[in-house]
Amino acid sequence: MTTTTARRPQPPMFGRGLPGMGMPMGKAKTFGPSARRLFGRMRPERFTLGAVVALAVISVGFAVAGPKILGHATDIIFNGVLGRLRHVPGATVDFAALAGVLGWVLALFVASSVFAWLQGRLLTGVVQRVVFGLREDVEAKLHRLPLRYVDGQPRGELLSRVTNDIDNISTTLQQTLSQLLTSLLTVVGVLVMMLTISPLLALIALAVIPLSVYITGQVGKRAQKLFIAQWKQTGALNAHIEEAFTGHQLVKVFGRQRESEAEFRRRNEELFESAAGAQFMSGLIMPAMMFLSNLSYVVVAVVGGLRITSGSMTLGEVTAFIQYSRQFTQPLTQVASMANLMQSGVASAERVFELLDAEEQEPDPAGARLPEERHGRVEFDDVSFSYRPEQPLIEHLSLVAEPGQTVAIVGPTGAGKTTLVNLIMRFYELDAGRITLDGTDITRLRREDLRARIGMVLQDTWLFGGTIRDNIAYGKPDATEEEIIAAARAAHVDHFVRALPDGYDTVIDEEGTNISAGQKQLLTIARAFLADPSLLILDEATSSVDTRTESLVQHAMAALRSARTSFVIAHRLSTIRDADLILVMESGRIVEQGTHDELLAARGAYHRLYSAQFAAAST
Amino acid sequence: MLTRLLRTYLRPYRRELTAVLVLQLIGTIASLYLPSLNADIIDFGIATGDTGYIVSTGGWMLTVTLLQIVCSIGAVYFGARCAMAFGRDVRSAVFHRVGELSAREVSGFGPPSLITRTTNDVQQLQLLVAMVCTMFVTAPIMCVAGVIMALREDVGLSWLLLVCVPALVIAIGLIIFRMVPQFRLMQERIDEVNRVLREQLSGLRVVRAFVRERAETRRFADANTALTDTALRVGRLQAMIFPTVLLILNASTIAVLWFGAHRVDAGAMQIGALTAFMNYLLLILMSVMMATFISMMIPRAAVCAERITEVLDTEPSVTPPPEPVRALTTRAQVEFRGVEFRYPGAVDPVLRDISLRAEAGRTTAIIGSTGAGKTTLVSLVPRLIDVTDGSVRVDGVDVRELDPEVLRGRIGLVPQQAYLFTGTVASNLRYGNPDAADEELWQALEIAQARDFVEEMGGLDAQIAQGGTNVSGGQRQRLSIARALVRRPEIYLFDDAFSALDLATDAALRAALRPHTRQSAVIVVAQRVSTILDADQIIVLDNGLVVGTGTHRELMETCPTYVEIVQSQLTPEQAA
Repeated sequence: MTTTTARRPQPPMFGRGLPGMGMPMGKAKTFGPSARRLFGRMRPERFTLGAVVALAVISVGFAVAGPKILGHATDIIFNGVLGRLRHVPGATVDFAALAGVLGWVLALFVASSVFAWLQGRLLTGVVQRVVFGLREDVEAKLHRLPLRYVDGQPRGELLSRVTNDIDNISTTLQQTLSQLLTSLLTVVGVLVMMLTISPLLALIALAVIPLSVYITGQVGKRAQKLFIAQWKQTGALNAHIEEAFTGHQLVKVFGRQRESEAEFRRRNEELFESAAGAQFMSGLIMPAMMFLSNLSYVVVAVVGGLRITSGSMTLGEVTAFIQYSRQFTQPLTQVASMANLMQSGVASAERVFELLDAEEQEPDPAGARLPEERHGRVEFDDVSFSYRPEQPLIEHLSLVAEPGQTVAIVGPTGAGKTTLVNLIMRFYELDAGRITLDGTDITRLRREDLRARIGMVLQDTWLFGGTIRDNIAYGKPDATEEEIIAAARAAHVDHFVRALPDGYDTVIDEEGTNISAGQKQLLTIARAFLADPSLLILDEATSSVDTRTESLVQHAMAALRSARTSFVIAHRLSTIRDADLILVMESGRIVEQGTHDELLAARGAYHRLYSAQFAAAST
Repeated sequence: MLTRLLRTYLRPYRRELTAVLVLQLIGTIASLYLPSLNADIIDFGIATGDTGYIVSTGGWMLTVTLLQIVCSIGAVYFGARCAMAFGRDVRSAVFHRVGELSAREVSGFGPPSLITRTTNDVQQLQLLVAMVCTMFVTAPIMCVAGVIMALREDVGLSWLLLVCVPALVIAIGLIIFRMVPQFRLMQERIDEVNRVLREQLSGLRVVRAFVRERAETRRFADANTALTDTALRVGRLQAMIFPTVLLILNASTIAVLWFGAHRVDAGAMQIGALTAFMNYLLLILMSVMMATFISMMIPRAAVCAERITEVLDTEPSVTPPPEPVRALTTRAQVEFRGVEFRYPGAVDPVLRDISLRAEAGRTTAIIGSTGAGKTTLVSLVPRLIDVTDGSVRVDGVDVRELDPEVLRGRIGLVPQQAYLFTGTVASNLRYGNPDAADEELWQALEIAQARDFVEEMGGLDAQIAQGGTNVSGGQRQRLSIARALVRRPEIYLFDDAFSALDLATDAALRAALRPHTRQSAVIVVAQRVSTILDADQIIVLDNGLVVGTGTHRELMETCPTYVEIVQSQLTPEQAA
């Protein structure tokens, strides 16, 4: 009903990240520990990482050395020219020396690029393996989480952690690590080179740093605020759009179009103001950096020029220095923007780690086995359970279901009917008492042994994206074609499946939109048939199902129930009159139990329910 | 598509765009002028030892630098406003258009798709405009100006431009050309991994009930491995870009020095010009690189533009009449006369030859299997869609001649999907009647059997989350019914509105509803026979045709389809 527009991660921008673009940065609550833990996951890769750092050092070292050697080349040319200007006889550019120097530099640059490429390649491997492991861990964790935990939080929230957050970590690591490393090394290397050429000029160039840090800081702070505002307003606007489009017919029929449009305009205008502001602020960083770089260029050009005339520097040194000073600010800006990106990546990592640290369900007892007999006798012995301690739900419940019996559970919504059957599956742990299956406490069984004996047909007809055949065989992957078709026949679904163009090979799409709700339910019944359990749990559907399919579902469920102990959550009393035991639940308690006739005679809660339905049907 | 959209929605901001262009032009030329001035320092200051010249030219450089930053800031300012205003206007146009569309077009697109088009797609275009304004326009300017300046310094070396620029374009192009399909593949694989996880989460109970954890883990591992493989391939290609670009830039520098040295030696070129030329070449190459990267955004933006234009170009199939009838006698009567509804191009109509009449104080029930056309029939009354033949009349007037506001003001709709809006219980109940007093709200809640749980939630001011996801399906349905009641309409349309209620609640609700709707015509669509047994008139739909009309008792005698439906749902004694 609510549609959340999937926010796909943008494909990584090529090469350099643009400062301040895109999403606002989520901040980690505890940056340090989460970052350490994220990098801790790279421990097994430490030798590769060592190689990466070594390669980066060599690559950056070569790249940084280049301009200085090129400076010599400039000097060779300049000296030749100067010689001619001063009319030194036979003065000419020493081309042999020039070729030597240039050859050297070319070799350095080629080596630098090759090493940089190797470094990037290795690092990609590290990042991808780490993310692979993280995904693997998260998926494995999902199967160990207690349902209580999963139910306890919005589904979108959990889903976002296992999808968006991990994607974000992947992109962040991929984009930042390599650049952060080279940028930092470049800053250091360039600084060293500048100092060796001219400490005085280096000092002038360095004077720009505090200025640039100050400006980026100020601009960044303001941009961040505007980005957060923009993010909030985008959310607000998108929420309004979602509502207006999802409730399109309501907006029309209830005559709210004008209000809806006015509200949209207001939010759109607000978004415009903050978005334009954020775009402006973040757009300032580049020109500001360019300005500072130009500023130091001018100063270096003038001071350098003066020093050449005074003979304390050569032209080659000054041109080399200019190249360095131009290279200096860029990696600095990059480190700043990478730091921002890193923040959002670590924030995502933190959310993923929170999930990984969540309490797990109790491990299965070692060496437990199921008693050989498979009668399907279930006993509740003084069972108490609650989702929240302050709100007791089921208290001191006792009941026995003998083998082959049908136990029907009736009562209004929220009475705890679904909870009761979930306890048999051991989806939740009891607060007190015990449940036994064929005499064995279910907590002493391995969960999978217990569940393998129980067939469940839920109201929520879950089918996965695969063929109809695979979906029927879900509980018994090694089923033969004959078994699958037999199960489908028993569930009255064979005919419908054969009518589909691809028959049993029809692929069910994710939302299952290509088949109707009733047909889905029949498929889940076929699934339970095939699994052939000794104990059955059926939850009748209340959702609108086509009337003819509805009767098929009724027949199929009845067939499935025969000769098996069954717990049936019933909404229509007519279907359970012949149940061996009817439990009437109200707010977590069993207020009555007995057969249909006994309960009618008692003229209690069941009688009231029954007459209400009967009245509904006849007045 | 893209250019049309850009042209239409950027037109109002021509002046700002011109400002961006002019400012960027001046700013770029200013920053290109700096190396030239530096060359002067070398050639006329250093070579002659004229310190005064060095300092005065330095001052001139400083002025140029200041000019450059002022222009840049101005350009960024106007660029940002242009891009965001463009986004705002396109978004507004799409939203407005969707508001005009009828239910048919909306369901054709699907609300989620429309939402993405209005939000993400517009955002993509907005991003493109922003990038173009701040970076893309500078690239050609810088390129052209750089070429001019470079030629001014030395024509003899200009052939190097013809080698280096294509070399860079080809190198980047080759890598990106191989990357684009990998990117697409990677997105698919990310989607696949996320799909498996989403399924595991939504089917957690089933996975556990059928003990399929291990199989699910295997399924996930396959998807994960496939994704990692592709990500590795993309990452490796990405690792090539930067070193390649750097190598080409550096090699160009070396080439300039080598070939320049010969020209300097021959006296054809000054040494200052040589360094300036080198700087210009680097600037040109950088701008080419930038342009190449940004142009990578264009295919994606073009797809977005297409999706947006598709919505904007869709004509609403339901339009208000040119001269609407506003005055209407209140009779609370709905009449269908030979109604047909057919989707354009469809062979079979959804509804055929439907004639019926719903009167004040009477309940008309519509029953039939899924796909029989029940919801379509109900949607025709408030003109969510229009008939393709025949007519629907409210109080004697064809709905297509009525002022839509007058028409809809008389209707209370409870749709199949009970949808609530963000806000409070009260704001939702007042949705169709903003002036309703609190007592009226409580009264409606009482009738809708919603009083108890609303009190438990904390009364009328209890918060409702978007879509109403914080209340159960049954509660949502009851609130949706109450919302229609607060409106006090003369025509009620209940589209399968009792499906999520248990039978007892269903019965109590309908009993409470009866006295309240004495002045109104009530049309009830239902799947459950028990919901409509007491209706004054039951209409049985099958495959778009009316196959039976009458009371329960009459239909049990005359209509086999009805009997079949009844038998599938009721015990014989109930049916009797």
